Amino acid sequence: MEYMNKGIVEIHEALKSGKVTSKELIKESLEKAHEIQEKTNAFVTIMDEAQEVEVTDSLLSGIPYGVKDNYSTKDILTTGSSNTLKDYVPFFDATAIENLKKNGAVAVTKTVLDEFGMGGTGTTAHTGVVHNPWDYKRMCAGSSSGSAASVAAGVYPYALGSDTGDSIRKPAAYCGIVGYKPTYGMISRYGLFPFASSLDHCGVLTRSVKDAAIVTDAMKGIDPKDMTTWDSTNMHLYENLSDSVKGKKLFYIKEVCDLENYPNANDELKEHLKNFQETLKKCEELGMSVEAVSIDQKLLNALPSVYVVISCAEATSNMSNLTGFIFGPRGEGNNYKEMMKDYRTKGFSPLIKRRFIIGSYVLQKENQEKYFKNAQRVRRLIVNEMKNLFKKYDGLIMPVGSGPAKLLNGSNDMLKEDTTVLEEHLQIGNFGGFPSITIPNGFVSNLPVGVNITGNCYDDQNVLNIAYALEGKMNYQGQIACEVAK
Amino acid sequence: MKYNVTIGLEMHCEISQTNTKVFSSAKNGYSEIPNSQVRPIDMAFPGVLPVVNKECVRLSLMMSEILHCKQPEYMYFERKNYYYPDLPKGYQITQNTPPAPVGMEGYIDIEREDGTTFRVEIDNIHLEEDSASMNHLYDTSTIDYNRSGVPLLELVTKPCLHSVDDAIAFLEYMRAIYQYCDISEADSKKGQIRCDVNISISENEELGTKVEIKNVNSFGSVRDAINYEVQRQTELKQAGRYDEVEQETRRYDEETGTTIRMRSKVDAIDYKYFVEPNIPKYKISSSWLEEIKASIPELPYERKAKYITEYGLSSYDATILIKEKAIANYFEECLKNEIEAKTAANWITGPILGYLSKNDIEIQNCYMTPIRLKTITEKIKDGSLSSKQGKELFNLTLEKQQEPVDIMKAQNMIQISDEETLQKVVNEVLEENPDQITMYHNGKTNMFDYFVGQVMKKTRGQANPVKVKEILTEKLK
Repeated sequence: MEYMNKGIVEIHEALKSGKVTSKELIKESLEKAHEIQEKTNAFVTIMDEAQEVEVTDSLLSGIPYGVKDNYSTKDILTTGSSNTLKDYVPFFDATAIENLKKNGAVAVTKTVLDEFGMGGTGTTAHTGVVHNPWDYKRMCAGSSSGSAASVAAGVYPYALGSDTGDSIRKPAAYCGIVGYKPTYGMISRYGLFPFASSLDHCGVLTRSVKDAAIVTDAMKGIDPKDMTTWDSTNMHLYENLSDSVKGKKLFYIKEVCDLENYPNANDELKEHLKNFQETLKKCEELGMSVEAVSIDQKLLNALPSVYVVISCAEATSNMSNLTGFIFGPRGEGNNYKEMMKDYRTKGFSPLIKRRFIIGSYVLQKENQEKYFKNAQRVRRLIVNEMKNLFKKYDGLIMPVGSGPAKLLNGSNDMLKEDTTVLEEHLQIGNFGGFPSITIPNGFVSNLPVGVNITGNCYDDQNVLNIAYALEGKMNYQGQIACEVAK
Repeated sequence: MKYNVTIGLEMHCEISQTNTKVFSSAKNGYSEIPNSQVRPIDMAFPGVLPVVNKECVRLSLMMSEILHCKQPEYMYFERKNYYYPDLPKGYQITQNTPPAPVGMEGYIDIEREDGTTFRVEIDNIHLEEDSASMNHLYDTSTIDYNRSGVPLLELVTKPCLHSVDDAIAFLEYMRAIYQYCDISEADSKKGQIRCDVNISISENEELGTKVEIKNVNSFGSVRDAINYEVQRQTELKQAGRYDEVEQETRRYDEETGTTIRMRSKVDAIDYKYFVEPNIPKYKISSSWLEEIKASIPELPYERKAKYITEYGLSSYDATILIKEKAIANYFEECLKNEIEAKTAANWITGPILGYLSKNDIEIQNCYMTPIRLKTITEKIKDGSLSSKQGKELFNLTLEKQQEPVDIMKAQNMIQISDEETLQKVVNEVLEENPDQITMYHNGKTNMFDYFVGQVMKKTRGQANPVKVKEILTEKLK
């Protein structure tokens, strides 16, 4: 009997009734991890030494899970998938990890990401490319690539992710699973390797909305170590999960979702957008209304550059602690400058260096007003526009990406011109710190695709309920990647 | 020819009186053991986040009020980005761009020794974190992270000072304020105060080329650095080579007493300031500001005025007493012990401060507590000791570190004022010195002191000199 392909509640009940032990679950999970590692390359570390935990009333107790390798884990290698920290072992746990530990959760893997979360392909880690378990020739997207791949492959019911632009929600779509990032500040970022602090969110990848709610309940909470956290004691996401969404109002951005705006669309894009319309119909069947809303195309077109400017600027500064003096392999040289230069030159991949240069450039005194300050202004305009819409609507519903997972062969981090906004609109969720969840909504070319629901800040329950109801209308909840299932 | 000198100061003062550092939960305190007061954020381990110490903000706002500054509506911080091994995060959390600083556009009036006053205009005062401290050895450098994250207040004046004396008077008064408000020990020996000095000279109202001297670590060095730099610039100007004075950053070298070029304005570092995203902006409530304002303790000049008007001290004595809070507190403790104000002031400004500076100790660690001083002054007042004996007892008390009464007993130190006893001794002396009496009567009046001396000698200095003089005068009539 296998359990790691089940949902959390079912596994918990099996543990409670004695059908299975925590030790057996860990064994099953580790075996599956090793099994898929060769094909997917999803892990930096597989914790063969993971110890079973006493099963309590906590739903997560005794159950294995995966951790993105940018969460600090005490005494366990944490690399950020970067050569600069390839031997770094933190001496403290991230608050989210600490909270899960208190709930008896058992971490069994550290999963691969795009170096420090700065990428969307799963191809820039120091351990190599992550392959999609549905089709090894395809990417998982990123940056939570290993977490998405391993949850989709049924290694465990959930894995942690982080999301600065779409790093949880895009890979979730490509891997046919659920990816949820709650409102900014609901989960502490203490111990998470920063990429861009004002955009970084902790979150989770699961195979059901219910599991996403359960795990978030355990991870969240105000943290004296993170001033951006807030008190969510009265929020019980799992307990209040409800599929009665009748009367809820959704909207989608017309310019981005209408097929007629893509005259050169390939078949996959056509199918994907048609499938999205099918999903909208299901929403209506659930008693929700869906409206197409127009947003100034200029504002939409600005999304990617606003994101690049702000995220690169913050990243440049955030990663200035990586000098190789205190941690990381120390560089060679005759003085501190040479040593630091050597360490950073050897340690970072070209993609990251490019982003550092952009970040540095936009922060320069003579450029700051034009680039960084303007990006912040446009960010505010976008967020204000969304907040206004959220006064009228309960949520924004959008297709994720321009189709299913892309082929690794020939792919790079560059984006296709005419689908840019379609590929990048999830960044809106990071600009505003909005709760945002991706769930699978069908198949294109036999590969999973996803739909995203985003709501107003602190309205997580509402967003989860809409996703939960919609999930119930479709048959993709709990699905395991089929190339693995074979 | 003498030129107009214009000086602007940046005074960095560590806040030493909070329990923890400014964005870190590590202990805020001076320690001899390197790297013993360090939390992960002080070494910038990946994933750590700053948490603002509210007490530091409160003390900063208090300084902002004292300096008559405008406070910002919102409290927030910025990152100053640059690479140096003593800055583990690669950026310093600070408040650079208005309206970030806790205080902007203020002023403070300073009293000169001659009683005149002058106004120092404050550009801003802001709260930031200190860097780690480094020690450069022969072929290696060591880093001590104890100082990393220690709260620092940087006070920036406008270029409004025109003499080295004014500059020092301002700095000394600011140091006193930091101490009086329990913000900092403000001890430059502990590296708690560091200054940057901006200097230019010109022959007219227009400002000359500004030279910045960085990291001047004591007021004495500030004085020397200003004097040196003014002279250097003056000499160049007089030699017609003023174009060689560049807008540049120099450092003061204590060993040679000179300033040395670090970098020119052209090579100025672009610190790429931007708002620290991990610290949410928050509104400074007016009620909190009022509360802080009301809690400002008595400031040095307020005490000075009190000492002059209420206790009748001279301006000179009062100025000395208020310079350091501990001294002023000692003085007030003396008053509580009912030592007369003038007496206390004389003892403190004279023998006590002399002893402290000679032995390099703090007044709070001095064996001569106000209570012990009271014992001595009381004995003098009631005539049990002559003032000379009092001085001697004072010195012996400090030397032996024993209670003054015990020393008096042991040394049989008592003033003889008893008429009968003194009469006897005077008679003895006169009988033994008939020739001298004759000389006295023949006009050698200074023989009088000789007789006093003889009496003192016979009584081993214990005779009450006033009484002795009275008796002698009577007998020699």
